Amino acid sequence: METLLGIKGPDFVMLAADTTHANSVIVMKEDENKIHKVADNLLISTVGESGDTEQFTEFIAKNIALYKMRNGYELSPHSAAHFTRKNLAESLRSRTRYQVFMFVAGYDPKEGPELTFIDYLATSHSLNYGGHGYGSMFCASIFDRYWHANITQEEAYDVLKKCVLEIQKRLIINLKNFNVSVVDANGVRNLEQISAKSLTDYNAAQSA
Amino acid sequence: MAEKIYHNGGCVVAMRGKDCVAIATDHRFGVLSQTLSTDFKKVYTVAPRLLLGLVGLQSDILTVLDRITLRKNLYEMENHEVSAKSFTSLLSTFLYEHRFGPYYVEPVIAGLNSHTLEPFLCTMDLYGCPTKVDDFVAAGSCACQLMGMGETLWRPNLQPDQLFEVIAQTILNAFDRDALCGWGATVYVVEFDKITKRTLKTRKD
Repeated sequence: METLLGIKGPDFVMLAADTTHANSVIVMKEDENKIHKVADNLLISTVGESGDTEQFTEFIAKNIALYKMRNGYELSPHSAAHFTRKNLAESLRSRTRYQVFMFVAGYDPKEGPELTFIDYLATSHSLNYGGHGYGSMFCASIFDRYWHANITQEEAYDVLKKCVLEIQKRLIINLKNFNVSVVDANGVRNLEQISAKSLTDYNAAQSA
Repeated sequence: MAEKIYHNGGCVVAMRGKDCVAIATDHRFGVLSQTLSTDFKKVYTVAPRLLLGLVGLQSDILTVLDRITLRKNLYEMENHEVSAKSFTSLLSTFLYEHRFGPYYVEPVIAGLNSHTLEPFLCTMDLYGCPTKVDDFVAAGSCACQLMGMGETLWRPNLQPDQLFEVIAQTILNAFDRDALCGWGATVYVVEFDKITKRTLKTRKD
């Protein structure tokens, strides 16, 4: 039901997430933020089983903060993703299994940008672009067509707009708004929400 | 396929030649029918002349790789560089420890014995039952196709260059018949003094 998108550039990573919180067929909340700022250079976006998402993301976030307190320096995004996957893998074969789909996105001055796709089975892989949820099925081809290795933040935001346009056109579930955040050398920044209104203007501009 | 081991797809094949071994992997990473990435190689270097191929559930590939690397490092701290035979035993006992809740992986071990430089090939099932062979081994969602191609093309005492051609054609034509494998292939040829890594030009579908 929920959709996450992610796109990586040469020096940034941009995440988008829908803002609908639903309980079976009822929309409970339309301004849920699913992209969490975990550290100055790390974002985690999570969807999945309600409750599991908050619990697991908070658990990871607090442990990452603890690492910084204990050691004096932060975990790199690659290590944070590995730590997340390891905990998910350990919980997979235990009594407390978490059903979460996440993106771990970060920027390290030495290692560069990192976007890691993590599945509920603790499948983990570093990607240039990807998505979770039904909406991501419509976006894979759009990413394939428009992503290139030197993509800029403006171009990436534009690609995300194209993806959201497609999702809102073709997905039976109404996903009105998408939050967008970007992490780069300057840290984490929230960009303008992609909503149905902003897309009408976008469409008008395209056809003009 | 409802089998967990074919959830992510992927394949690995290994062959023996004259004083050399070769191991090949595809590059696809996907979830059921959707391809997510085209750069996930399933062969890892364990020792200077020993390569491990792991196919199956991607989550378990990563977990088994981490855990077996830990055990190998502990072994090497106490002893010497792990030999092909010892590594096979390490992996086999590790997998059997989870006999009633197994890791959904099929390992393929290819290398040269560290002292005698004798070629070594072994495959295992998900419980850790080892099968040491003298010709070739295959694992993955297109294992049947790989075995068929191998049976047709392989012959004993192939030189490294010939072995490369044989294993390349085997994996190329086998995974073209499987939707869950493909998107590129890499072949590693292990000789006593070097490992040659070559990327194959394949159909990208």
